[in-house]
Amino acid sequence: MDASIHIDKISKSYGNVQALKNINLDIDSGELFGLIGPDGAGKTTLFRLLATLLLPDEGSAKLCEIDSVSEYKKIRTFLGYMPGRFSLYQDLSVIENLNFFATVFNTRIEDNMDMIRDIWLQIEPFKDRLAGKLSGGMKQKLALCCALIHQPKILLLDEPTTGVDSVSRAEFWQMLKGLKKRGITIVVATPYMDEANLCDRVALIQDGEILQVNTPNEIVEQFGKELYSIRSNDNYQTLLDLREFNSTHSVFLFGQSLHYTDIHNEAPIDELKTYLESKGRAEIKIEKIKPSIEDCFMELSTKSIEHE
Amino acid sequence: MRILKYLLQKEFLQIFRNKSMLPIIFVMPILQLCILSFAATYDMKNTNIYVVDKDLSNQSRELISKFNGSPFFTVKEIGFSEEAAEKELFKDHIDAILVFNEDFGKSVDLNTQASVQILVNAINASSAGLYNAYITSVIKDYNLSITPNFAELSQGNQHNIVNSTYSHQFNPEMKYIPYMLPGLLVLLVTVISLFLSAMNVVREKEIGTIEQINVTPIRKSQFLLAKLIPFLIIGFFELGIGLLVATFGFQIPFLGSVWLIYLVAFVYLIAILGLGLFISTQTDTQQQAMFIAWFFMVIFLLMSGLFTPIESMPEWGQKLNILNPIAYFIKIIRMIMLKGSGFFDILKELGILSIFAISSITIAVRMHKKIA
Repeated sequence: MDASIHIDKISKSYGNVQALKNINLDIDSGELFGLIGPDGAGKTTLFRLLATLLLPDEGSAKLCEIDSVSEYKKIRTFLGYMPGRFSLYQDLSVIENLNFFATVFNTRIEDNMDMIRDIWLQIEPFKDRLAGKLSGGMKQKLALCCALIHQPKILLLDEPTTGVDSVSRAEFWQMLKGLKKRGITIVVATPYMDEANLCDRVALIQDGEILQVNTPNEIVEQFGKELYSIRSNDNYQTLLDLREFNSTHSVFLFGQSLHYTDIHNEAPIDELKTYLESKGRAEIKIEKIKPSIEDCFMELSTKSIEHE
Repeated sequence: MRILKYLLQKEFLQIFRNKSMLPIIFVMPILQLCILSFAATYDMKNTNIYVVDKDLSNQSRELISKFNGSPFFTVKEIGFSEEAAEKELFKDHIDAILVFNEDFGKSVDLNTQASVQILVNAINASSAGLYNAYITSVIKDYNLSITPNFAELSQGNQHNIVNSTYSHQFNPEMKYIPYMLPGLLVLLVTVISLFLSAMNVVREKEIGTIEQINVTPIRKSQFLLAKLIPFLIIGFFELGIGLLVATFGFQIPFLGSVWLIYLVAFVYLIAILGLGLFISTQTDTQQQAMFIAWFFMVIFLLMSGLFTPIESMPEWGQKLNILNPIAYFIKIIRMIMLKGSGFFDILKELGILSIFAISSITIAVRMHKKIA
């Protein structure tokens, strides 16, 4: 069965704040789709609309060709939703939670073990522990189990890896890859740009607007400019200096280094070095690097701000 | 059916896992019943009076000895100065002052108007009314005791006095506890069921579990039924404990049928749980729910006739009570327990409670939304 998602011109406002502005998005059946954007971009609002928890002000969404407003009851039978906030019963044990959600979907754990076995095996040793006493990573695994217990066709995961350690995050993505093989359409919202590379396609979203939808590779390829990493003895001062430099296109602080693009495609490296040295910086290292999704996001988001 | 059963199982699991909730459900009611029944009494004991006796006659002493002999009064002091007495009143050492003027004894002897002045501390108006009534009845008693003396004196000239006597139906000794305890029972059942239900759905909102529940195909009616039934059972359980304590602990007469009380309690609890659920659906945090439930509780309770008779309220207050479920239940439970009223005696009140129950539950279900 077709498990695609079509979002057609959806808008949603909370009072004066427009959370989603005329969003169009098509997600194919069986795709692992990433919704990448900073906090407050509108990811959760979009998810709640798709999960039939919110009504759109305008536009419509179809999941598996079924309208999310008029036939929301049908959608709820084949949709798995994992809210950003841990929303299982903390005062029930792991097995009780799973049992509860299985029953609510009118099914049984045994009938669906096949679906969740890989994940379940990891939390089974803790099955009698109260859900509230689990670690963050374990909680997410349990939540995923509960969201999968009724064999959904579409799985919506709202920031599943926020607040989870990097090992658990990697494990979690491994699980998603496994689920994708079963043909489930998975939509993941995340603020972590590095996770974008693990998706088939991603949508970059900011301030309620979708900046771009593409495969991670193509987004990087469309970056269009040479990107340089610049380090010095004082990165912050260098950042301020580079903002004053006459041929700077953009400069951002990225962890231990600065990412720099020039208004020309190729940057005048020697000129840059001399400029920074004249400003008193030392230990200057400039090298060409490959842009990441995050660079693309920064680039696109500055463009959209300038556009406004 | 299987879903409902599991939902119920989950609710009970959660209630029994909540360590602070268990004592509230099981211990608090018994404590409340015992403390309130003994402490919140209207029976007047130990009224301290100060006597200003400027007369020092036989007659005044006789009347004072009547006060001394009464279990309700303690004559703290006998003096001659009203000022000194008033000072004691200001210090709150005494509750009332009794003043005999110089000509009291003489007037009694001469069979003319003899008067005694009573000054009562009326800060608490209801107890002032009681002091007054008790004092007056002692004086009235004294009046009756001196009348026969006149009758002897004037032979052939028969003295006719109209004397009213009364017997108190259903509570012959005017005991306080049989009157108060059924009302306290209602209070108990109401507090537990209103607060538990008002805090429940909103709790799921607060901790976020409602999001997960809402995306499931579970029906609204199943979800809400699973919320209602446990509290209905707890309410019944509380009522049971209360009735046991009342009949065996306090030896309150129980004339009517237990089943009838439970029938009324069923209807009543639906009304209260509906209100609780309604509050729960309209609030976002347990704190809000708590305060709103408290607001309704206080109004319903103070208007209910538990502490002050409804008949003495202003007319608008009595009209307001038409909408007060607690008032009906208190009235019915007193009728059944103390008077032994049957089904047909309480039909009108029960009917009104049923209307409350149906409307409050309908509104609550309507207002509960699975979509924002």
